[in-house]
Formats: sequence, structure tokens, C-alpha cells
Amino acid sequence: MSALRDLYQEVIVDHGRRPRNFGRMAQATRRAEGYNPLCGDRLTLYLRLADDVIVEASFEGAGCAISTASASLMTEALKGMTAAQAEILFTNFHAMLTGNGTAPVPLGKLETLAGVREFPARVKCATLAWHTLHAALHGADEPVSTE
Amino acid sequence: MKNEARWQQSSLLGELDVARLRRDFPILERSVHDLPLVYLDNAATSQKPRSVIECEAQYYAGFNANVHRGAHRLSEEATAAFEAARDTVRDFIHARQREEIVFVRGATEAINLVATSYGQRLAPGDEILVTEMEHHSNIVPWQLLCQRSGAVLRVAPIDDYGQVMLSTYERLLGPRTRIVAFTHLSNALGTINPVRQMTELAHAHGAVVLVDGAQAVPHLHVDVQALDCDFYVFSGHKLYGPTGIGVLYGKAVLLAAMPPYQGGGDMIRQVSFAGTSYNELPYKFEAGTPHVAGAIALAAAIDYLGRVGVDAVAAHERALLDYATERARATPGLRIVGTARQKACILSFVLEGIHAHDVGTILDSEGIAVRSGHHCAMPTMERFGVPATVRASFALYNTHDDVDALFAGLNKVRQVFR
Repeated sequence: MSALRDLYQEVIVDHGRRPRNFGRMAQATRRAEGYNPLCGDRLTLYLRLADDVIVEASFEGAGCAISTASASLMTEALKGMTAAQAEILFTNFHAMLTGNGTAPVPLGKLETLAGVREFPARVKCATLAWHTLHAALHGADEPVSTE
Repeated sequence: MKNEARWQQSSLLGELDVARLRRDFPILERSVHDLPLVYLDNAATSQKPRSVIECEAQYYAGFNANVHRGAHRLSEEATAAFEAARDTVRDFIHARQREEIVFVRGATEAINLVATSYGQRLAPGDEILVTEMEHHSNIVPWQLLCQRSGAVLRVAPIDDYGQVMLSTYERLLGPRTRIVAFTHLSNALGTINPVRQMTELAHAHGAVVLVDGAQAVPHLHVDVQALDCDFYVFSGHKLYGPTGIGVLYGKAVLLAAMPPYQGGGDMIRQVSFAGTSYNELPYKFEAGTPHVAGAIALAAAIDYLGRVGVDAVAAHERALLDYATERARATPGLRIVGTARQKACILSFVLEGIHAHDVGTILDSEGIAVRSGHHCAMPTMERFGVPATVRASFALYNTHDDVDALFAGLNKVRQVFR
């Protein structure tokens, strides 16, 4: 029961229900699609980079509370980071979820997602946005047109 | 009190002694997260009675041998049991002859067998018709066949209740329709299709009909001769039997004319490098050592269901579905997906503002197993405009208490997402 309470903390439920930075970004310089074929969760991530710094991040799509909250919290955390910093954040975040991290790195608000660790079937939900971020930063998709 | 009265009422109808039957299923004694298991994911796979589990063990402990080979005692016993299992299946679905029963890995392999083998006669421009409520296993093999043959896949739409729109279905049948494939009982919606009527219409256009019976066989009385379908497929594991064993029924005249699916041992009459001739039915389609233990245990499962009585099971599950549907309708913010007039054993639904996966996780924390997801029926989900649903599906051992536990669990979901 406490594991469940850890999973669905107020912050998660709130971000799941009212995701921040939700919506299409007209001025995006990078875009990537994320899709989890097992559960059907789907999201599109938009980034605006200027001089290798993420100045803006947003997403749209449909998913469970965990994937939506994770995407929402991620877009908040990314602002002002360089691409390299964002990749390191993903590594640390992933380590927190899988318990593979050696020494835990402070992750601020993202730590509210640590409860996912007790629910291995839901790790994919929590990491969907982050894998999409990785694709966006590595230019797996064509940069979107700003027209 | 109200529920108790209802339960007594259904007992009075003189059906199943569920409390006694539950003792036949060892897994129902276990707990999940320190709570009693409430297993409502029977459409994914059913639990197994002790007689099935023991039957498989007895084969390995007592007469394990390869079948149809070797003139030794064990092989004779194994062969006799394996072939007796074929007879059990024949009786179960009322096939005309035992040669029409082909053992395969499951419904999926059976459909692939027909698509690959019967499909060889399809030509560019030929048409295959499926419905909008099919499981991916009754879509993708046909798409692959279309890619190979140049045939075209057509889709019969379903209405808002989750029923095939028969007039449109009939219009989609034409002179180029070669194969019509549809489910007997929808795994995502619970709809029972009018198989006989749909088959008649397809036959009137000269098409052969494959019916996916994976969901139907544990819940409905199936008579393939009365249905008059050309192929009927199902898996053992949804029928209280083991995984890895399933059945393809095909009319003998069709199977006899079809080329083999896989080559190997057992399916041949004579092999030489100048050419090979094939074995008679059904062995032509059973290349390699079959799943002997699975087939024998499947027969044990069918025997078990027969002893309990399919009709009594159907009536019991009907009462559970009616009760669950009534409670669902009384639950604010709950939308049932699939409200066909003819339905069985499946309650698929969404909760407003709460994703099915979150519901599934929270129910699991209460010891309740449901399926949450697209149920391998993405086009069906798309039809209803939902990414996923929660699905509770019933079996003979489920009780009104299980339904009550489900709805208590849904209250818990509401609390978490308050």
C-alpha cells in the first residue's frame, strides 16, 4: 500500500492530470515521436534549442498518469540545460528507476517518480518521454519546419 | 445484503457449486500482495484445474515417448493418449471426422497455417474480409497474405455497441471475396457474432470462412457443423488447458486440397530427393514432434469443462456479467466499451480521466488481476476512440464476491486520483 502511495504521489497525480508544457510548439527546432507499442502510450516531444541550450520543451500525446507526469516533469527540468546535460540527467533518472545507480544523484522534483522502481511493469511508462528526448537530441527525426 | 440476496438467487437457479469448483484450481489459494487473489484476466489466459496439471505430469512421469514412431510400449501408450485427445476435441466442437482436427501451438498458429497454406490459391485482386473487432492475430496473418499474393484486405465496420454492421458486411462481400475471417467472441468487447448468419452470407459469395474461437470455446457451446464454418481455431490455454497447444479445425475437403504448412517428420509419406509425398490428414499439417503433453492435457481440460457443463458455466458467467454490468452502469464516470446485445464474459471499460494502466496497477495492489491495454485489438480501440481499456473477464470459478472486489478496487482508484 505504501508502495502505491509512493507511486501516485500528489505531484504525479497533479502532473498526470494537468501536465505542464503540454501542446504543440510552433517554433520547435527538434521533434521526436515516442510510442510504447505494449500499452499504446504515444507522445510527441518538441524542443527549441539555441546554441545547444534547450530554451523550451513541450509535449503532446496520450498516456497514463505515470508517463504523462514524467513527460511533464521532464519538460520542466530540461529548460536551460545543454544537450549533454540533458543526456546525463536521463542516465541518472534511469538509474533511479531501475535501482542501478551507484550513488544516487539528487534529481529534485524528478525524485517524486522514484516510486516507479517498485513497479517494474511501469518503468517503461516513466521512461517513454526520456527515450523520446534522446531521439530528439540525436536528430533521429528531421528537425521540424518552423513554417 | 443486496449482493448476498442476489448470490443466493443465482444459486437457487441450480447452477454451479462454485465454492467446490474453486478448490479444483490450486492457484486460487494463493495471495497477491498479502491479499486473496481475485483473478479477472481469464480472457488473457484461464487458470488450470488440478486434473489438467496432474495430467501433464502423469504423461511425463508415466509414459513419455514420441508418438507415431517406435514399436515400443511407451510410444504406443503416448500415441493412444495423443490420438484419444484428438477424439475428445472432435467431440467437443462436433466435427464430422477426427481427421479434421489438427493440433497446432495455438489459435495464432492455426490462422497463420490457413493464411499460408490455403492462401496460396489467392491471386492479385482477390479479397479477404475481416471485421473491425478482430484480435491482431486475425488481422496480421491476412495482411501478410495480402503482401504475398496481391490480395486486398477489407474491413467490415462495427457499430457503437460493438456489433458487426451486417448490411455493410454483406455489401463488402463480392465475387472476389475468397476468405472471410472473424471472431466468434470478441476479446476486447465481449460481442458474440452471429457466426452462422455471417457464414451463410459469405458462402453465398463463394468465400471460405475462418472463425477465431479462442475466446468462445470456454464460454459457448460450439458445433462447427451447425455453424458450417470452414475453419475454426482455438487455443488450449484460455480453455483451462496448457499453453502451447491449440486446434485448427478444417473441413476435410479443404484441408485435403491444401499444401503443407511446414515440412518435417510425421507429415510425410515418403521422402526421397526425387520428390516427397505427404502424409494423410491430419498429419500432413503436424510436422515434427507435436506437443504431446499439451494435447493430452487439453483433452483433460475439455473433460473437466464437460463434467462441469458448458451450459451451466455459460449461465453462471452470464449472471456474473449481468451483475458486473449493472454495477458498472451505476458507477459515475465509467463507460462500458462494448455493449452488444449478444455478449459474454467480458466487461471492458474506461474511467473518465484515469488511464487504464493506472487502474490496472491500483487494482493489482488490491490483489485483483485485470487486463489493461489495447488487448491486441488496436483497430477496435481506435474505433471507440480510446487508447486502452480495463478489461475484467470471467471464468467458471469467479464469484459475485470477485465482482464486488473489482468495484471496491475501483473506489480505491478514485481515492488515489481524487
